[in-house]
Amino acid sequence: MESMLHITTLHYLILGAALFLLGVIGVLTRRNVVVVLMSIELILNAVNLNLVAFSRMWGGLHGQVFAIFVITDAAAEAAVGLGILIAFFRNKETVNIDEVNLLKW
Amino acid sequence: MLFLKYIWLIPLFPAFGAAVMFFFGRKLKKATVSAVCVGMIVLAFVIACGAVWQYSVWSSSQEHFHQPYQTILYTWLGTDTGHMNYLTHDGTPAAFQADAGFLLDPLSSIWLLFVTGVGMLIHIYSTGYMAHESGYYRFFGYLNLFMFSMLTLILANNYVLLFVGWEGVGLCSYLLIGFYFHRKSASDAAAKAFIVNRIGDAGFILGMFFIAWYFGSLRFTEVTHLAHSGRFAIGDPIITAATLLLFVGACGKSAQLPLYIWLPDAMEGPTPVSALIHAATMVTAGVYMIARSNALFVLAPTSMKTVAIVGALTAIFAASIGLVQNDIKRVLAYSTVSQLGYMFLALGVGAFTAGVFHVFTHAFFKALLFLGAGSVIHSMSGEQDMRNMGDLGHRIPITHRTMLIATLAIAGIFPFAGFFSKDAILWETWSREGGAYRFLWYIGYATALMTAFYMFRLMYLTFHGRPRMSHEAEHHIHESPLSMTAPLVALALCAIGAGWLGWPHSLGGSDRFTAFLEPVFAPEARVLQQEGRTSQLVQGVEEEKNTSTEWLLMALSLGAAGLGWGMAWRSYRHADKGYTEPIAIAAPPVYDVLLHKYYVDEGYDYVFTGRRKLGPVRLGVLGLGEASSWFDTHVVDGLVNGAGWIIRLAATISSWWDKWIIDGIGVNGPAILARMLSYPMRLLEWGLVQWYALVMTAGLVGFVFYYVWH
Repeated sequence: MESMLHITTLHYLILGAALFLLGVIGVLTRRNVVVVLMSIELILNAVNLNLVAFSRMWGGLHGQVFAIFVITDAAAEAAVGLGILIAFFRNKETVNIDEVNLLKW
Repeated sequence: MLFLKYIWLIPLFPAFGAAVMFFFGRKLKKATVSAVCVGMIVLAFVIACGAVWQYSVWSSSQEHFHQPYQTILYTWLGTDTGHMNYLTHDGTPAAFQADAGFLLDPLSSIWLLFVTGVGMLIHIYSTGYMAHESGYYRFFGYLNLFMFSMLTLILANNYVLLFVGWEGVGLCSYLLIGFYFHRKSASDAAAKAFIVNRIGDAGFILGMFFIAWYFGSLRFTEVTHLAHSGRFAIGDPIITAATLLLFVGACGKSAQLPLYIWLPDAMEGPTPVSALIHAATMVTAGVYMIARSNALFVLAPTSMKTVAIVGALTAIFAASIGLVQNDIKRVLAYSTVSQLGYMFLALGVGAFTAGVFHVFTHAFFKALLFLGAGSVIHSMSGEQDMRNMGDLGHRIPITHRTMLIATLAIAGIFPFAGFFSKDAILWETWSREGGAYRFLWYIGYATALMTAFYMFRLMYLTFHGRPRMSHEAEHHIHESPLSMTAPLVALALCAIGAGWLGWPHSLGGSDRFTAFLEPVFAPEARVLQQEGRTSQLVQGVEEEKNTSTEWLLMALSLGAAGLGWGMAWRSYRHADKGYTEPIAIAAPPVYDVLLHKYYVDEGYDYVFTGRRKLGPVRLGVLGLGEASSWFDTHVVDGLVNGAGWIIRLAATISSWWDKWIIDGIGVNGPAILARMLSYPMRLLEWGLVQWYALVMTAGLVGFVFYYVWH
């Protein structure tokens, strides 16, 4: 019973992998740019989960510090990404990612 | 010693007159103009007489015995700053300086007296001659300016100041020859005189620099002193060069071969000008300058010989042209050239005194001849061609008689002035050792014969024979006014008496003229004698023989004069319309050559000016201009155009290279290459972000699998 209740590092990793997989699928399949950005948040947080899990397993603080860095980075990324998105929406009146195809040969 | 102290005033009086004419002349009445200009010359003449008289007293005193009187006002050329210092030939430093200094010695005394005297008479004459001409004040202003320059030339104590006067008289000569400047021939003649004189002046300047370099001074007294010092050998090449160059200057100013061509043309000026400048005074400046440099010339026997030969050749050359000329003034002009030749002959044989004596007598009788000719022209209403004259003798008696006196003088009839001076020259030439000098004597003798012939020809054609003028002109014939005849009479008296000053010892005279000039020429006479270049060791039997030879020569030249007179009398005494020239009958080609003045002007046109072409070729100045022009258009411009063509070719090549090689291969080539290579690469960029993400993910998955299974 006790071993059943005990949540090991592996559980966290599995959870992180699942979240990551969900995020990747979201980035690759959804057409709405807002959703794509949200899916990127999922990927980042999956990584955060891994970092914190390993940090706890090894007993160091490096991983947790990295997680805070990643959160900061995610915030900046969301600000820039949403800014670009608004500028894009003003031009094209759409948030469909298939329309974002100017940078090509 | 008042006059002597103020000799520098003598040139300043005419300068003042000229300045007044320059600034106010246009507004002055003719009477005022005459009063000012003639008055200034009279003042100058009076002071000159006083100064010469006081000088003769001064120089006969014990302490100043035979010394030249020199007064220096200030240094006008050169400074004390040392900027004009130079090294003489032996390395001693000297300063190039010239004073505003005035020198009075027997030589300048003689010139001073006859220049102011004859000048004064001609000024008086001009008041009559020019009375009806426009530009009256201009004429007198120029004349006064001329007198100023001439007196500066005479009184200068150094070569540079002499040169200032020399150029001044040249300028005035130019201005006065071109007095009737609206006449093309007059302005051409003026330009010709000026340019030919420049050639001589170049020689003079070079000679002057030689003297400055060799003697370290340009003052006559110092140069003479150094030349006497014995430091310089006889025949010194530098002195020979310097004296030859000075002689070139004299040739220009005094109309000697080959630069005499301007003087006959100078007759375009008013007749008083011809009398004053081109007969009596200015043209003798060359003689003056050489006489002034006598100490140098005796050190250069080559130069002396050159002077003698050129003088003799000029004498006979000009006289032969004078034989056939028909313009009354041109006959006199060639006669002047010929007489100047005599003077140079005298200088060249070392008879400086005789040369100066001839200048002195010539000034009177030639001025008289010109003024007489002016009076004739005046009475003939401007006619100058003797073919249209004749039988004027009793119509203008004063002119006739005074001119007859002058003619007797120039022909060398005893006891008129020319006899003494010409005979002195011929005697000195004869008595020089060496056959060549005998030859010069023959030339001089033949010239004397010609002189008598052409002068009496002029007299007979003008005053005797049948009247050949038009009736209208005949009607107007009148004797000239007193202002013109009075100078004629005064000059006639001089033409009779001037020669008596040099009455030779052989005829029982005392030869005061030679004695007066002795301080100037005595040292040179000694040098010549020591060199054995004169043979006058007058002693005992020698003297007897010499005297009898001299008498013989005098008789011979009188005979020549008489013969010339007789020939003219025979040919022209009864000259009527269409009279014949004896030379034209005897030898038509000779007559033709003489009438055309030996074609010298034409020759100069061929060789020196290039106004005439020698076949297809043009020589001389214009030829040089043409050649330069050809050279410029063909060679210089060709080079320029060639250089331009080459540069254009290079630019074309360079431009092609830049466009096709640099731009094509170097710059565009890599771009094209990169572009070609980019075609397959850019196919990868199709713009759908999620596809890129999918590829990335696939790659990631691929890597993971690779590491996991490996």
